[in-house]
Amino acid sequence: MAFDAVAIRADFPIFDRKIRDGKRLVYLDSGATSQKPNVVIDAESNFYRLHNAAAHRGAHQLAEEATEAIESARQVVSEFIGGQEDEIVFTKSSTEALNLLAYSIGSAPKGNKFHLSAGDEIVVSEMEHHANLIPWQQLAARTGAVLKWFEVTPEGRLDLSDINSVITTKTKIVALTHQSNVLGTINLLDELVKRTHDVGAVFILDACQSVPHMPVNVVELDIDFLAFSGHKAVGPTGVGVLWGRSNLLAELPPFLFGGSMIESVTMTDATWAPAPRKFEPGVPNMAQIVGLGEAVKYLSKIGMPAIHNHEIELTKYAIANMAAIDSLRVVGPLDTNMRGGAVSFTLGEIHPHDLGQFLDDAGIAVRTGHHCAWPLTRKMGVPATTRASFYLYNTLDDIDQLCTSILAAQKYFG
Amino acid sequence: MQLDNLYQEVILDHYKNPQNKKLSANYDAQVHHVNPSCGDEIDLNITVKDGVVEAITWDGVGCSISQASVSILTDLLIGKTITDAYKIYDEFVALMQSKGTVEGNEDLLEDAVALAGVSKYPARIKCALLGWMAFKDASVQAQAK
Ligand SMILES: Cc1ncc(COP(=O)(O)O)c(C=O)c1O
Repeated sequence: MAFDAVAIRADFPIFDRKIRDGKRLVYLDSGATSQKPNVVIDAESNFYRLHNAAAHRGAHQLAEEATEAIESARQVVSEFIGGQEDEIVFTKSSTEALNLLAYSIGSAPKGNKFHLSAGDEIVVSEMEHHANLIPWQQLAARTGAVLKWFEVTPEGRLDLSDINSVITTKTKIVALTHQSNVLGTINLLDELVKRTHDVGAVFILDACQSVPHMPVNVVELDIDFLAFSGHKAVGPTGVGVLWGRSNLLAELPPFLFGGSMIESVTMTDATWAPAPRKFEPGVPNMAQIVGLGEAVKYLSKIGMPAIHNHEIELTKYAIANMAAIDSLRVVGPLDTNMRGGAVSFTLGEIHPHDLGQFLDDAGIAVRTGHHCAWPLTRKMGVPATTRASFYLYNTLDDIDQLCTSILAAQKYFG
Repeated sequence: MQLDNLYQEVILDHYKNPQNKKLSANYDAQVHHVNPSCGDEIDLNITVKDGVVEAITWDGVGCSISQASVSILTDLLIGKTITDAYKIYDEFVALMQSKGTVEGNEDLLEDAVALAGVSKYPARIKCALLGWMAFKDASVQAQAK
């Protein structure tokens, strides 16, 4: 079946509504959060309508159904990224997944593989979202570990020229983004993962902007942990995924404590259930997990390679047309080799906030600001940018409309 | 266009020709304020003498709303007594929080009423208030000296 973005739009009810006095919605902010297809919205509400009960608890039919529903979502998600079912930990978001890792690693006792001491090193990059930067800054501060980072080149690529002095025998953790939410850059991981494993460290991938947009397979990438958020992958808010190699999840101490994550409890002590339960205390976000399962099925049915190709086509077209606009500067790679569909730019003296407001008035939704990657925007020498980000439901028309409105904004503010 | 309510002529004028946008060498208090959601930043210097705002100078980066708002503020408050300046400040903050339900007292606010349209755009209110918050902070510090 050929990829048809217009047909796909019909699955997303939000495109039926009008924006700012009757305008067509041009949604170019999927990098922040994606829209939801009917199958996801229905799955979430049907869970409440038909199957609602506390999973893994009650001794009744509804509890069985709820348990079955979230466990089959776990299976679907594990197949989607090429992991095992018991390697999938459901969290509230990728932010929570990354914090879970940072706190769990921080509490690893001496003798545990993850134990950090003063002088150990944690490696990140300048292109990290705050969610994959601050947890590691804080972990370094708590443990005396040293935070190091890869720099970003003026073209917006990771500078790996001194890889062996950034990742050293002191390195314990390498935490990097797969695709930059600002630059659109997709990082080639082979050399990085190899070097990480050569020095005995673990490789953590922030896959927030890659899993929703391209095929990602944890075994092929040979990474150790991965995090992504459901809401950027046509799934519900309030659910994220942490994947980890099963032997590593077994070694890693839990982060949050409470019901359902234990094996046995006395008044003074407790032991833990095996992963993933060890990391999922309390009644989970069941309806959202079920919704995420449907989201992943929906994406799989269309096919991740097809979605990725569609986005590359949109990105090529967007960059070509935007680069032709006077005083427009794309902040990020101009070629679509190892690049996804997030296009950030500046427009002469026109402040992104003003441009964003102007575009909004035309029914076009973009994001403006530093996109939760303040060190990166600083490095790229801009106080803020405007970002258009694409997904499976965007069309060339959307981009034409964007470019037309950018030109109109230049007139308005010029 | 809906947008013209927001971007009044006065605002675009102040944006293109900002007033008092050059930090003075002398001041009683200096503050630095940021809007963490969009990265806008402002430095503001104030001199207060005998209960009168003698000088306000500033520098900063930001959108037209935030830049125009500080520029208008300096025109409006320089030369006023602190008491009057705070009256204007309170009126302006109330206008920003009005969700578009009031027009603003033009006798008191003068050019600043042009910013009334901002109150209908919740995401932009912080832009308009950035300079005003900096002024309040700086004036309190200057008086405490
Ligand atoms: C690269 C990247 N990492 C992490 C996050 C955080 O995701 P969430 O807010 O869903 O936890 C985002 C969201 O913008 C992102 O783009």
